[in-house]
Amino acid sequence: MKLTLGPVLFYWQRQSIMDFYADMAQQPLDVIYMGETVCSKRRALSLDDWTGLAREVREASGAEVVLSGLTLIEAASELGVLRRLCENGEIKVEANDMAAVQFLTAQGVEFVGGPALNIYNAFTLEELVRRGMSRWVPPVECSADLLSALMQQAREHDIRLPEIEVFAWGHLPLAYSARCFTARAENLAKDDCGFICQNYPDGIPMTTQEGQVLFTLNGIQTMSGGVSNLLAEYPRMQAMGIDALRLSPRSTDMADIVQQFDQVRRGGTPPLALDGCNGYWHGQPGMLTVEEVGLC
Amino acid sequence: MQLVCPAGSLPALKAAVRQGADAVYTGFRDDTNARHFAGLNFTDKQLEAGLELIRQQGRKLFIAVNTYALPDGWARWQRAVDRAADLGADALIAADPGILAYASRRHPRLPLHLSVQGSATNAAALRFYHEQYGIARTVLPRVLSLAQVRQVAASSPVPVEVFAFGSLCIMAEGRCHLSSYVTGQSPNLCGVCSPASAVRWSDEEDGLTSRLNDVLIDRYQAGEAAGYPTLCKGRFMVHGKRFHALEEPTSLNTMELIPQLSEIGVVAVKIEGRQRSPAYVEQVVGVWRKALDSYRRDPHNFAVEPAWNQVLGNVSEGSQTTLGAYHRAWQ
Repeated sequence: MKLTLGPVLFYWQRQSIMDFYADMAQQPLDVIYMGETVCSKRRALSLDDWTGLAREVREASGAEVVLSGLTLIEAASELGVLRRLCENGEIKVEANDMAAVQFLTAQGVEFVGGPALNIYNAFTLEELVRRGMSRWVPPVECSADLLSALMQQAREHDIRLPEIEVFAWGHLPLAYSARCFTARAENLAKDDCGFICQNYPDGIPMTTQEGQVLFTLNGIQTMSGGVSNLLAEYPRMQAMGIDALRLSPRSTDMADIVQQFDQVRRGGTPPLALDGCNGYWHGQPGMLTVEEVGLC
Repeated sequence: MQLVCPAGSLPALKAAVRQGADAVYTGFRDDTNARHFAGLNFTDKQLEAGLELIRQQGRKLFIAVNTYALPDGWARWQRAVDRAADLGADALIAADPGILAYASRRHPRLPLHLSVQGSATNAAALRFYHEQYGIARTVLPRVLSLAQVRQVAASSPVPVEVFAFGSLCIMAEGRCHLSSYVTGQSPNLCGVCSPASAVRWSDEEDGLTSRLNDVLIDRYQAGEAAGYPTLCKGRFMVHGKRFHALEEPTSLNTMELIPQLSEIGVVAVKIEGRQRSPAYVEQVVGVWRKALDSYRRDPHNFAVEPAWNQVLGNVSEGSQTTLGAYHRAWQ
């Protein structure tokens, strides 16, 4: 299976981003996604900077690089940037909104369908595949059973499957809003946020009044409280015919995560079970661990 | 502007028609629509009775098949589309590209409205749905400011409908998995958010407590008004402070924006609430009819009457209303 590095979902300082990708270029990754998918105000790197960096990372790593597009598009200016991204003419794009699908289809280029596109059955998948979607990251709430059923449905109806990439490690992106929850937590107006989210390179934990970690606030994005970790599911995913596993960046020790997955990929024994918000994969509430689901 | 009103039952549909709805939207009694609540929605017979009334009164019926089809439930979604077409619905409200494709090929004369669950917030996404499936209208997610609604309406290939009143989704519709993260049931796949089956109220030492699948959503002191524990409207802890970290219990009310929405070219305003009672529909539709008629009679001197706001305030979550994302400062 391929190992992929998802786009950085948090807002990091420019130098942190550069250092991170210099490190990641040395890792056994097959695909590296780059670009801003959460908030258009985050401009530590411009589109041209991202494109330039992608070329450098491709050169240094030998991995395929993909530019990921913004998910929630609210302003005409954001649409303009997305259009330029889709028309870059060189680097493959991950579409996280149908606007990107529209632009990429007009270009006649292959693209990746990101987890924010709502594809839950094979007929919908076909709508995107015949317009050029060559790889697909299912919505994070999809279970293994749903994915298997979809793949079976595709086989029954002669629908060509794209490569399938499962979100296998990281805080799950769960929701997008017009409101910035990081600014709200800091009592700042969104239009005057001062890029406060840069102070939180792994988001802000939000707990219940009983101290249960529930969500992670990341600007306009709400994420799972804990990370999801599907490494223990490696054999099952391989048997299902999953093509790639997405590891979503964190600010420290990301190389360790890549190494853990790579070791299993190279024949190492996968762990029997792992802590993490892995319920979705098992058809349960996403917040649950395998222990809570009753699988170990 | 057309007044599009919710009906989760035949009595609600009758109330909406009686109070002057231009169009009523409904769903079938299963998970093919985004208000799949126990006891809600229509059997075939009820829908036929409702449709007869709508035809008599010269109104429109829209049918929502606006969840995302599951691989092993595809036939159910197909059947729902076919039934909507056979009934002669004036429009099908759908979100799933696979469903839109099926409907446009199989029932080319059935007008398609892109559901808010389709998450289309911009002209390029709308061009996709228009070019591929011939959508005739779109319902905009509640994430755009008024200025952004204006931009989208001006550049959209299809007319736009916006939410006018009701529960406030603060996340982009179709792009929120919070409910399934906590309860296993999501709007996209099950047509529910923070489902009642997962709610538990208990009197605890620290006060009245609401939980969703055992997760503490809020805790109330004596005398504090308690609201339905929708996940995004609970009180949580961030930086050691307890507050409504995502949103307060409040409803969307855009009545004061009627002149701007009309001037922008919005073709329809939608009242949320198929899960609400016939009495709710009766009251809300009634005052919105009055407001729209008042605006039509004298657009330059339109003002929201205090009595209308009082009615709307009384039926709002936490008795509060907001302009939501339409008002930039809310964001």
